[in-house]
Amino acid sequence: MTTNHLDITRDHCPMTFVKVKIALDKLHPGDTLRVLLTAGEPLENIPRSAAEQGYTILSVSEKSPGVHLVEIQK
Amino acid sequence: MTPKKLSIIAFSGDFDKLTAAFTLATGAAATGYHVNIFFTFWGLDAIKCKRGRSPVGSGLLPRVFGILMGGLRVAPLSRFNFCGIGPKIFRSLMKKRNVATLEQLVEAACQLGIHLYACEMAMNVLGLKREDFIPEIRDVIGVPTFLALSEGGQTLFI
Repeated sequence: MTTNHLDITRDHCPMTFVKVKIALDKLHPGDTLRVLLTAGEPLENIPRSAAEQGYTILSVSEKSPGVHLVEIQK
Repeated sequence: MTPKKLSIIAFSGDFDKLTAAFTLATGAAATGYHVNIFFTFWGLDAIKCKRGRSPVGSGLLPRVFGILMGGLRVAPLSRFNFCGIGPKIFRSLMKKRNVATLEQLVEAACQLGIHLYACEMAMNVLGLKREDFIPEIRDVIGVPTFLALSEGGQTLFI
């Protein structure tokens, strides 16, 4: 099982979602993706859409003001 | 659970309208939607292999259209085109502000497995063949097939 990292704090819609989706598609069962993202649209929708697609949200934590870390497992 | 579905009729070959179509398509595909894009008339310019101005097509008039309209790289803005300077300004602004360019969105659409279709009738009118389009085009279809593919989802005309 591996852990991959992705920073989308400098990206904008739709590439925030596109980059996460492409990274999630590369995971094997049990692998984890740690996504660093900003508050607002990415924080509201990335965990929700990942959960809808069958992934598990392990944690969501604020790393610095307005920047959050979301851990997603396949 | 049946995936949510979005089908887009890409009629326009304008830079801004294609950007809107591919932004919606990639955003939807990335958040779990099944996405179809049906390219017709000027929208076909977006999926040509040759992205610049090229005499693509069979017959004199289609070749003239091919040169006048060109491909993705020379797509005009629907407003403030200023003889092709408008899209260059937009591309520069998009890069500067870290927003995906039209070319990046098309690449993302292919990576995300969005289903791309070309309109058979418009291809005939414009004298275009399947080989004139990027290989990611899934099929050449007509209206009944598109309606069947889009059934049960949301459809947008851009």
